[in-house]
Amino acid sequence: MSFQVMMQQLGGGLLRSIEIFALTLLFSLPLGLLVSFGRMSKNRVIRSIVWIYISVMRGTPLMLQLLAVYFGPFYIGGLKLGATWRFTAIIIAFSVNYAAYFAEIYRSGIESMPPGQYEAARVLGYSKGSTFFRIIFPQVVKRILPSVTNEVITLVKDTSLAFSLAYAEMFTIAKQIAAKETSFMPFLAAALFYYVFNAIVAFGMERIEKAMNYYT
Amino acid sequence: MALLEMNHIRKSFGGLEVIRDISLKVDKGEVLSIIGPSGSGKSTMLRCATMLETIDAGEIWYMGEKVAWVEPDGRKVYPKGEQLKKVHSCFGLVFQNFNLFPHYSVLKNIVDPVVHNQKRSKAEATQEAMELLARMGLADKADAYPCQLSGGQCQRVAIARALALNPQVLFFDEPTSALDPELTGEVLKVIRSLADLHIAMVIVTHEMNFAREISDHVIFMDKGVIAVEGSAEEVFKAENERMRAFFGKLNH
Ligand SMILES: Nc1ncnc2c1ncn2[C@@H]1O[C@H](COP(=O)(O)OP(=O)(O)O)[C@@H](O)[C@H]1O
Ligand SMILES: [Mg+2]
Repeated sequence: MSFQVMMQQLGGGLLRSIEIFALTLLFSLPLGLLVSFGRMSKNRVIRSIVWIYISVMRGTPLMLQLLAVYFGPFYIGGLKLGATWRFTAIIIAFSVNYAAYFAEIYRSGIESMPPGQYEAARVLGYSKGSTFFRIIFPQVVKRILPSVTNEVITLVKDTSLAFSLAYAEMFTIAKQIAAKETSFMPFLAAALFYYVFNAIVAFGMERIEKAMNYYT
Repeated sequence: MALLEMNHIRKSFGGLEVIRDISLKVDKGEVLSIIGPSGSGKSTMLRCATMLETIDAGEIWYMGEKVAWVEPDGRKVYPKGEQLKKVHSCFGLVFQNFNLFPHYSVLKNIVDPVVHNQKRSKAEATQEAMELLARMGLADKADAYPCQLSGGQCQRVAIARALALNPQVLFFDEPTSALDPELTGEVLKVIRSLADLHIAMVIVTHEMNFAREISDHVIFMDKGVIAVEGSAEEVFKAENERMRAFFGKLNH
């Protein structure tokens, strides 16, 4: 196999990795906020259920969660799902897992806000919803950005776990080529791709953090 | 008609009764100062008046309308929705530590509540905010962020933010206690200018000379009750032992 063909195949895998990465963030960031509300709910039942969900997500390997989501419908419900299920299952498993991590980050950020901000907003006539989305949340985002950056960078590397469902993202392809060609090269190339992918993500996050430095 | 009337207010935290049957009244254009040792319940009283705390007994009237009360069976009745909005528009509150919104510029701190909560036009709100800032001596700080200002400047922005909503009564909870002595004067000067405009105010303060000179009525609180009240002159020459002890402490 020529170097060019290998790079082409790895590049295709990289695009699928990026797709997993982007969709996971798209779903898990809002879902995590919702989960954090459940975690801080006044209702004890909701709070407990959400606590169990978070602790399972954080306490078991993501790879097992991927397998559970993918095979679950068949073993539990006898459902045979179509060809697109593999990808859907990957996005569900990643999103639900990352939402748990993001929920804890949101929660710590929200709880770190001084009560005076809520009180000032209330006296100035802001509704509960406006208080959260205009006053509290923008400040929470700034506070949690470093922790979010950590998770996002971990996610870049975690996308490779999709290999456990034999999905053709970059790592799976690297492994296939390596086996076929009995060469270590594909792994090195994949490592380089992950590294560059991560460097770009880290750079982007740093830019966002800088953009928020206009106040303290 | 009084702007604000609080009748027989009681408030406890856990088992501790912090406000024990206090009544007070604020008329149009009147300046009421509340003084007293720390822990006597002054802040709690303001927080009850501004509905940041719910009362355990008594009733609160704004502009001749009963807005919050406790039924004989102990049920608390508080305004909701539109009614609550209306009540909130009656008063403003200036905090000891300002509580400005750090992610908003000075101008947006003042304009946003007006536009978003009172649904007034942005152009009009901006113009009014600029006039208020000029009155506070902060015309050049409109685009600054709170973190770039001194404490005294922050507090003047907080006062402008409260005034922009055209409240009937303005509450101050120790507005200068978080400030260095050299910054206290500029804030007191602004509050004094509001008194000259006959804006009704309730001021919790430890600045005795200021209270004496600015107030129409003074309340000395101690351990959750009104120990002495009357005109500034009456209260400051009152022969009350607890008060003398309090002033004695202040002079040291
Ligand atoms: N949220 C609260 N929970 C419990 N105790 C409180 C709370 N707020 C105030 N207190 C208590 O109520 C008393 C009066 O407090 P406060 O009204 O702040 O007094 P002041 O403003 O006169 O210094 C104090 O003993 C204080 O510890
Ligand atoms: Mg106080």
